[in-house]
Amino acid sequence: MTNSWTDIKNADIVLVMGGNAAEAHPCGFKWVAEAKAHNNARLVVVDPRFTRSAAVSDYYCPIRAGTDTAYLLGVINYLLTTGKYHAEYVKHFTNASYIVKDTFAFNPEEGLYSGYNAERRTYDRSSWDYEMGEDGFAVRDLTLEHPRSVFQLLKQHVSRYTPEMVERICGSPKDKFLKVCEYIGSTGNGEKSMTIMYALGWTQHSYGSQTIRTAGMLQLMLGNMGVPGGGVNALRGHSNVQGLTDIGLLSQSTPGYLAMPTDREPTLASHFANRDFRPLQANQISFWQNYNKFYVSLLKAMYGTAATKDNEFGYAWLPKIDKVYDTLQQFELMHQGQMNGYICQGFNPLLSVPNKNKMRAALSKLKFLVSIDPLETETARFWENHGEFNDIDSAKVQTEVFMLPSTCFAEDEGSFTNSSRTLNWRWKAADGPGESRTDTVIMADLFLRIRDLYAKNGGAVPEPIQNLDWNYVQARNPSPDELLRELNGKALADLKDPTDPTKILRRAGEQVDGFAQLRDDGSTMSGCWIYSGAYTEAGNMTARRDNTDPSGLGVHPKWGFAWPANRRVLYNRASSDPNGKPWSARKQYIHWNGSRWVGPDVPDYAPTLSPERAAGPFIMNAEGVSRLFARKLMAEGPFPEHYEPFESPVANVLHPKTPTNPAARVFKGDMEVFGTAKDFPYVATTYRLTEHFHYWTKHVKLNAIVQPEFFVEISPDLAREKGIQNGGWVRVFSNRGSVKAKAVVTKRIPVLKVDGKTVHTVGMPIHFGFIGETKKSFGVNTLTPFVGDANTQTPEYKAFLVDIEPLASGPAVS
Amino acid sequence: MNMQLSRRQLLKLTGAGAAGSALGAFGFGGAEEAMAQAVRPFKLARATETRNTCPYCSVSCGMILYSLGDRSKNARSEIFHVEGDPDNPVNRGTLCPKGAGVLDFIRAKTRVKHPMYRAPGTAAFKQVSWDWAMDRIATLMKEDRDRNFIAANKDGVTVNRWTTTGFLAGCATSNEAGWLTWKVTRGLGLIQVDNQARI
Repeated sequence: MTNSWTDIKNADIVLVMGGNAAEAHPCGFKWVAEAKAHNNARLVVVDPRFTRSAAVSDYYCPIRAGTDTAYLLGVINYLLTTGKYHAEYVKHFTNASYIVKDTFAFNPEEGLYSGYNAERRTYDRSSWDYEMGEDGFAVRDLTLEHPRSVFQLLKQHVSRYTPEMVERICGSPKDKFLKVCEYIGSTGNGEKSMTIMYALGWTQHSYGSQTIRTAGMLQLMLGNMGVPGGGVNALRGHSNVQGLTDIGLLSQSTPGYLAMPTDREPTLASHFANRDFRPLQANQISFWQNYNKFYVSLLKAMYGTAATKDNEFGYAWLPKIDKVYDTLQQFELMHQGQMNGYICQGFNPLLSVPNKNKMRAALSKLKFLVSIDPLETETARFWENHGEFNDIDSAKVQTEVFMLPSTCFAEDEGSFTNSSRTLNWRWKAADGPGESRTDTVIMADLFLRIRDLYAKNGGAVPEPIQNLDWNYVQARNPSPDELLRELNGKALADLKDPTDPTKILRRAGEQVDGFAQLRDDGSTMSGCWIYSGAYTEAGNMTARRDNTDPSGLGVHPKWGFAWPANRRVLYNRASSDPNGKPWSARKQYIHWNGSRWVGPDVPDYAPTLSPERAAGPFIMNAEGVSRLFARKLMAEGPFPEHYEPFESPVANVLHPKTPTNPAARVFKGDMEVFGTAKDFPYVATTYRLTEHFHYWTKHVKLNAIVQPEFFVEISPDLAREKGIQNGGWVRVFSNRGSVKAKAVVTKRIPVLKVDGKTVHTVGMPIHFGFIGETKKSFGVNTLTPFVGDANTQTPEYKAFLVDIEPLASGPAVS
Repeated sequence: MNMQLSRRQLLKLTGAGAAGSALGAFGFGGAEEAMAQAVRPFKLARATETRNTCPYCSVSCGMILYSLGDRSKNARSEIFHVEGDPDNPVNRGTLCPKGAGVLDFIRAKTRVKHPMYRAPGTAAFKQVSWDWAMDRIATLMKEDRDRNFIAANKDGVTVNRWTTTGFLAGCATSNEAGWLTWKVTRGLGLIQVDNQARI
């Protein structure tokens, strides 16, 4: 989230799209109710289903699953044609005025940008950038009239997304779409703000990142970034998925969103040289120029005293990546037989990753599989025959499988980071059952055993292992307290104040106060620079429990610790105009008081940088402004474009020759098992239920009682057409597999007219499997396609094709 | 860090005092007071309260876990009740149908209680010791690493990576466990590392 849960109460319009917070995040959704009750806010819901969020909305508009980008581009077109956008904000705080290179082009008939290589399905992105002036800075035109200004290019780009075109693509009736536009457009004035709440309804598409980008662009057009009640807010679905992403547990990532080194960066110097964060305007500050300090501090946290200036702080020991090894790539390699071992730490890929039959075949090729989990998972029992729910011959599976008991949240201490980026410390209430151990003890044990084996017997390149810093009080049980201190970072030598060398900021051995004190000379260490400030000399900031809110704006500055720097609303300098005056009294947040930036939150800006310098408010970008044009940062184009899901019921009406994301990675064999509308005429989408959490609560008796079995939801029209009874058994099948379920016939599933064609949707909750308290089920991932977003590789779970037929009886239950 | 004086204890102290004096003021002496004292006290009144965070979605609702056992050495705590934390500014004491049922997750029948091992080609798990399991896993990992570790790519660039074993970090381990996991996986040279963020 750019903002926070409690900030939602400041919104005037709440747009829930690509998520269903009332169902999946009920206790966070109370802040929407709060906004409605006390801020006269209106809730607008756009969703393929009439969801629980829609049920309490002020306005609901249906949409075909997977067409959100077109819808949002349509809204941007509406703002530009009606003038209902925040013109001053767009002019000064976005790159609307930047001039794009004349080699950049978009072909609307082909649906392709300049630089496409069809064979490799990738772009040469060199033309997707600004024209640079002779002074070394990017060229701007503040009149926004230059034909190659981002503003004019955007205007031209979205002009195709008329209300009529939105109706043709999305199946959303024009009058309803325009009503939603009116609501959204009412906030483009600085007086009002809109928050956007989304979840996996946006991410789980082969173009999900671009949908979210479009939402960001929309909020920038309206001036809704950096203000109370604004922002683009990812609800996030798991208790610490924010934290584990912050910590960099993704193949290409490091703690604090620095980059893993690649083959092209054999030395630390070359890694740094590839990251040019020089400001693109004469007056600009570019925060990422501190990158080296964070990186060296991370290397010091990894390799301790073995990391020296002479060995580039142990950079050579860090593995270099040749490509991204996301989950889909991992299972593809496993399926090809190129992997031997796999460890799942609280993860159940047999149900979570698409195409279950491929998953099971892949796992069967492993030499060994380790599951570290409080619960028995389907993955840990993939080799076990469960009749038609998991039809496998155990005797043929040669994989050694280990199931290790770990403690659960109540039996361990440490911090979780919530969607508002706030770290909350939790305390241990009881020991775990049986012989269960904490994740830290298990990881320490594993590492120390391997290190001992290398010490005793030698082996391949033992140096990175031997030099890993392991300076914990109890080597076999590093305490969460020690680990959070390590994440925060400390001084390794006395840190002199750069502005006054007679002053010492921090003595050697003391915790740093924040990332501003980190150095690139090896005199500091910090595991994760954005968590710097979480555990200072003043103690564990994540354990703070002062819930006061002096401003009344839902800031709660002394509750836990929000990264970065305890900031609760990101980009908050943008809540004031270029002169530092609030855009409006109603949305006042951070402003310039003549000598510094002040307000209820930590300013997202240099605290004493005068507005007279005219530096932009988005200091994480070298431009100082936000990007309506993404330069080279997105795989499929600097502006979002509508592409159909890989399985779609209709042609792409804009460019039939390029119907789907041209830059999405599709593995051989997966392309072949995409189904077509001829064989599989219905759009399927998957989602959560309020009674269940992912694949855990099917183990939980109370939840299994209230929601005991898998079902699919269809409209009364489709039920009539197919002769399906409410409560009767059906078979749902895609080109990859087949599941049996009970049918729930409900008006909550709208029937849409898309370009003259009737489109039916089949809704399917996730949550069910063949282990636990709920009735045995197949897993919806039996049906889903094995393709991900072109930037993040998040699988396309929200829009694919199926067929459905009635069954006389259900599956045989053993 | 548990609360020094829990809300329950506070209620008990102040409540009991007020009730005692009120009873006296209304003239109910003797027998009634004796009876009031004989009533079995609430289990909650002697529970240990621990602040924690719901393990499910990312709203991170504050929870108070009530357990029996006073945390003295050898005393085994048992969680028997869960409530939303009213002090938490986000959930303000509320819990959803998932969070409210979390006790049945802690006590689920399908909790793994011992290290289990399934040998190739067999159709059942059998219980093994931690020592055996961890030795075996460490040996398998080292064998794979030694055989497949790539010290330099075909252009001779030092890459120090290990691509034949993968690691899926979850979504509900703490930041601290996550950091140790990053350290260990990257320290070993693993690059097939991912988490639940994409799913």
